[in-house]
Amino acid sequence: MTSSVKSANRPGVGWALLFVAPATLGLVALYLWPFLSTLLKSFQDVPAFGPATYVGLDNYTELARDGAVWQAFGNSALYTAIVLLGVPLAVVLAALIEQAGRGRTVYRVLFFLPVVTLPVAIGMVWRFIYNGDFGLLNYVLSWFGIDGHYWVADPRFTIYAFAAVGIWMGLGINLIILGAGLQAIPKAVYEASALDGAGRMRQFFHITVPLLSPSIFFVTILTVIAALQMFDLIFIMLRSVNNTALADSKTIVYLFYEKAFVQFQQGYGAAVAIVLLIVIMIATALQFRLQRSWVFYG
Amino acid sequence: MRHTWTAALAVAATLLTACSGGGETPGAANPAEKVTLTYANWSEDQAPAMEQIAAEFQKENPNITVKVQTLPWPEYWSTLQVGAAGGTAPDAFWMLADHFREYAKGGALIDLSDTVKTAGIDMTAYPKAVSDSYTYEGRIFALPKDFDTNGIWYNKALFDAAGVSYPDDTWGWQQVQDAAKKLTDKAKGVWGIAAPIDAQGGYYNTILQAGGSIIKPDGTASDFAGPEAVAGLKFWTDLQEAGSSPTLKQLSDTEAVSMFESQKVAMYFSGAYWALRFHNNADLKGKVDVAPLPQGVKRATVTSGIGNAGYAGSKHPEELKKFLAFLGGTKAAEIQAATGTVLPAYKGTQQPWLDAMPEFKLQVFLDAVDYSVPLPVAGNTAEWQGLAAQYLAPAWEGAKPVEEAAEEYQTAVDQVLAKQ
Repeated sequence: MTSSVKSANRPGVGWALLFVAPATLGLVALYLWPFLSTLLKSFQDVPAFGPATYVGLDNYTELARDGAVWQAFGNSALYTAIVLLGVPLAVVLAALIEQAGRGRTVYRVLFFLPVVTLPVAIGMVWRFIYNGDFGLLNYVLSWFGIDGHYWVADPRFTIYAFAAVGIWMGLGINLIILGAGLQAIPKAVYEASALDGAGRMRQFFHITVPLLSPSIFFVTILTVIAALQMFDLIFIMLRSVNNTALADSKTIVYLFYEKAFVQFQQGYGAAVAIVLLIVIMIATALQFRLQRSWVFYG
Repeated sequence: MRHTWTAALAVAATLLTACSGGGETPGAANPAEKVTLTYANWSEDQAPAMEQIAAEFQKENPNITVKVQTLPWPEYWSTLQVGAAGGTAPDAFWMLADHFREYAKGGALIDLSDTVKTAGIDMTAYPKAVSDSYTYEGRIFALPKDFDTNGIWYNKALFDAAGVSYPDDTWGWQQVQDAAKKLTDKAKGVWGIAAPIDAQGGYYNTILQAGGSIIKPDGTASDFAGPEAVAGLKFWTDLQEAGSSPTLKQLSDTEAVSMFESQKVAMYFSGAYWALRFHNNADLKGKVDVAPLPQGVKRATVTSGIGNAGYAGSKHPEELKKFLAFLGGTKAAEIQAATGTVLPAYKGTQQPWLDAMPEFKLQVFLDAVDYSVPLPVAGNTAEWQGLAAQYLAPAWEGAKPVEEAAEEYQTAVDQVLAKQ
């Protein structure tokens, strides 16, 4: 395979390159370059301004000893675990909406609205809903004689409060993906099973879920990544006001932000980001490993 | 394959150089050249006055256009830091004492020492506590814009309703505690005072009033656990314990100043900078006034002020210095005072500020200069200040003795200071 043969066989190489150039450049400038410079910084002590000094693994050893880092990872893990409950919820809702006939579009729009809403606006609105004294949630709870809590001011509840919003925010996009998956399931399978006497529940668990499993898997992967990267809710709901629950409610990305942009420790912040990247990679690899046992590629 | 990669790299390289080819050429020092400077701040309340100052400057310097940028407070410092590190920072911007050292040390700020000399700026016209905090290794990097001291903002209507006499300069700590208790009416959802974990408006002042020092004079260690500091912290935890303040959780959900504005708390220790906001709030008309902070072992308040600084990487350093000198001068101060925006730092320009809001005894803040102490800064101030809520909250919530929480906070602060 000499080069002359190759170019003779592929006259469009130049054009091809031209067409991929915008995407490639974007990828290099916006992903590859920042990634490499973050990796480099994680081995350096980077003051806010002025020259960085190489410190080897210092940032990583300090990070391993830092209780705040472990707490943040714990918070992120808890948040992710709860938000994952939104996946089965989305599967059930997607199946129900599919049955809804003409009202389908209305439901889809309703569930999709949070996706197109600015997270900042969502955070502001939920902060009012969660307000311990004047919030809507506690007001509604009081109808049932339930004493509410300070949902986003009490560190015991903040992560759960965020996760509820996280599920709600992610639902719309999950429903779209799962809805598309549902439409790809041949109607004939349902008809055949109905003839064999399968009821709705049975069809759901033995046809819908297995045939939808590739979409469910995809949604799960996206949900885990998005959940591990949660930042905006905590920023809007806790930082913009002087909230004392913030100290115990930090997620890993929030901690990264705080180290790198509030406390001028960019090297340390970069190390946190790299560790997060590794955690996300492991979590994703693990899911790909596990999917073999439950995802069904018809 | 090799060819594909080489070609791709060639394309990439061409495009990249093409992209970076423009811009970057520093403006020649041609005085008639049209120049645009950006001026960043974080206050919607003050933005109109900043626009007015910029317009006034443009009148004198028709070739320079000043664009005022108002950023939200939670994003201000990260935006500024990224901009300064990446070469895209605004030309002029507001600075605070606790962030100043990192910027000055990192060479991000334009040196104004020579400008001060050539423009004949009298540094003694500013409160010394403020101008000192913008000097680094003997060089001046920012000119004081305004300053603030603290007082007791109080709601006269709530005092009248509870039959408690208004605070005045005879008040000591005990009077505040007693009044706060009497003013509290839980059935009505009214508390005597707001006692959040607030350093500048709160416990720094009481620690100093008790005779404490917060940061030891050489800047290498803190003093939060000494008997004076503990007394200063107890002032606030006592208020919490007596139920005279909304709880920490309530104050996290709804900020102290919002509680004060919605007339849920009768007293709020804070700075002069709220005057305009309270003045503009129609619900508070005729109900609010201000008194000096109470006396502990002695009188004390922390003071700080915003400084106007410039970016060392500005493309128009000469015009920028001119603008900063203007910002530090009497005209800019007078505009701030006359609009009631803030208490300007320039000596002798404060009267219009007092006159702009005659319903408040604003002289209180000016008188406080005599016993004011600079806001403590040492090491990475943003880092150790950020730890306060975490360590002090258990004391505020009564879950831990104040002595113990203070001791732990002191240890954590000293660890940060030891890193320098």
